[in-house]
Amino acid sequence: MKHYLDFEMKLKPLETRLEEIKKFYDTSDPHYAKEIKSLEKKIAKLEKEIYSDLSPWQKTQLSRHLNRPRTLDYVDALFSDYFELHGDRRFKDDPAIVGGFGKFNGKTVAFVGHQKGKDIKEMAQRNFGMAHPEGYRKAMRIMDLASRWMKPIITFIDTPGAYPGVGAEERGQAEAIAASIYFMFTLNVPIVSLVIGEGGSGGALAIGVADRILMLENSIYSVISPEGCAAILWRDGTRAKQAAEALKLTAHDLYELKVIDGIVKEPFGGAHRNWKETFENTGKAIKTHLEELLTIPPHELKERRYEKFKKMGFFLEGK
Amino acid sequence: MGLFRKKDKKEVKPHKEIDIKREIKKAEAEKEEALWIKCTSCMELLYRKEVERNYGICPKCLYHFPISVEKRIELTFEPNSFKEFYEKLTPVDFLKFKDTKPYKTRLEELMEKMGRKDAVVCGSGKIGNIEVLSAIFDFNFMGGSLGSVVGEKITRLLEEGRRRKLPVVIFCTSGGARMQEGIMSLMQMAKVTGAIYRLKEEGVPYITVLTDPTLGGVSASIAMLGDIIIAEPKAMIGFAGPRVIKETIKEELPPFFQRAEYLFEHGMIDMIVDRKDLKQTLYKVISTILS
Repeated sequence: MKHYLDFEMKLKPLETRLEEIKKFYDTSDPHYAKEIKSLEKKIAKLEKEIYSDLSPWQKTQLSRHLNRPRTLDYVDALFSDYFELHGDRRFKDDPAIVGGFGKFNGKTVAFVGHQKGKDIKEMAQRNFGMAHPEGYRKAMRIMDLASRWMKPIITFIDTPGAYPGVGAEERGQAEAIAASIYFMFTLNVPIVSLVIGEGGSGGALAIGVADRILMLENSIYSVISPEGCAAILWRDGTRAKQAAEALKLTAHDLYELKVIDGIVKEPFGGAHRNWKETFENTGKAIKTHLEELLTIPPHELKERRYEKFKKMGFFLEGK
Repeated sequence: MGLFRKKDKKEVKPHKEIDIKREIKKAEAEKEEALWIKCTSCMELLYRKEVERNYGICPKCLYHFPISVEKRIELTFEPNSFKEFYEKLTPVDFLKFKDTKPYKTRLEELMEKMGRKDAVVCGSGKIGNIEVLSAIFDFNFMGGSLGSVVGEKITRLLEEGRRRKLPVVIFCTSGGARMQEGIMSLMQMAKVTGAIYRLKEEGVPYITVLTDPTLGGVSASIAMLGDIIIAEPKAMIGFAGPRVIKETIKEELPPFFQRAEYLFEHGMIDMIVDRKDLKQTLYKVISTILS
């Protein structure tokens, strides 16, 4: 199912018609060929109008677009011979976080990521990518294997946040997130993190303590969702648009703030409009950063990782 | 006769519209000076001075009221032994964040009112004859939220602990992240956690004391990583706040949910210690580890 966000709606009739012609009619017929050409021209013009100057709130919407590729789509496109591992060996398998091993350009790497799901059924089963403690504990288990087997780790961040529920609290959500952040500081292997959609708060950071942090162009990374922020600050969740601007949560903002190391370019209009190009760009970015990281001696990696985060923050020394 | 005389109807004035917000503000302002206070936990009306004399503990239900940083220092460290560090670090409004008022104004007002620059006080002090490094959160300063200054001060303290091999004790109370510093607040969780790792790597004890409330980003970094985690009775401790959870699951929460006793029962903390006994417990624990 193709989904359209409110600001993309104008594209819907044109694209539906175009698909219809391509599917059901003889495209070599000059009548249809002409219509296709005219439709394509109109779409291109509209795309330019819609996507040229996206606001932080529009980017927030794009980051959550239902047609956006998810962690396992990236894994499938970028890794060969991959397999998933399951369970935290303590309580259960959390489907909101996936992880395993596979080959990236012929070399084995570990992957860990939030998995949101595509349709209502999968989204519900995966709890919309909102992990429980067992999810973070599974992530740690996989990262521990990677570290012992000396394999680099690639993490994919795409979550509204850690799940706020009774079971999650009962089993130590805060401890699980803290432990995962802590654990990532102890690892002697290169870690690259990519924010591919929504980077929601502590639940995102729990798998985001990396040597290189990259963001897809239309992804967001924030301390709180714009809706949550608006609800707390103005007691009005509908002012999310304003909060999205105030929070400075776009890839561009985070690059300016030196929180991330690079932005992965998305196809015009967003990752959902051209998966193939998205995967190519992402693959290239991972390759570049991984190659650089592999030249650094292991013991130095974690030292530098700490120094990287230590620099973050703005304050005055004062008089 | 006169006592039972009906009032002339003309005298009955129509009800004045009550400005609830103003009334709440008025009540809050009065609370500061009030002789009587209501216990947050058992709702009992208590004589303020009595509570203060009793270490800020409700004599009826043993709920531990939040206490000031100064009081905490007085209760924990030997007289005049506490020396404050990094007190000059000052927050900045680098995002030009504005909610109901600009963050910059908010900070200036708080600094003026509280006489400190941010939500944590760091320093060294003596518990008995043992020197320890300590950080004490101040909930009254923006809910003890984890901004850049808080992150930097605690990171420096932990590094000092690593260098001088001195145990670190952190008294937590916080609502979590500081929204006005956006993503930088989130990154403080990673920053302090990195420093905690480097302290622990050297075998230096790291002890956290969780007081009411300890939630969100502080809970999911500084608080829950203690080698030994001590909580005050009935302290609320958790990741998500109870209101958010209630809204998400649309169900009533279990009794004592997210209270220290509940966490203890679920194996999340080591001990629940009354404020009266806290200093002695800290001394016993640290001196035993160090000897």
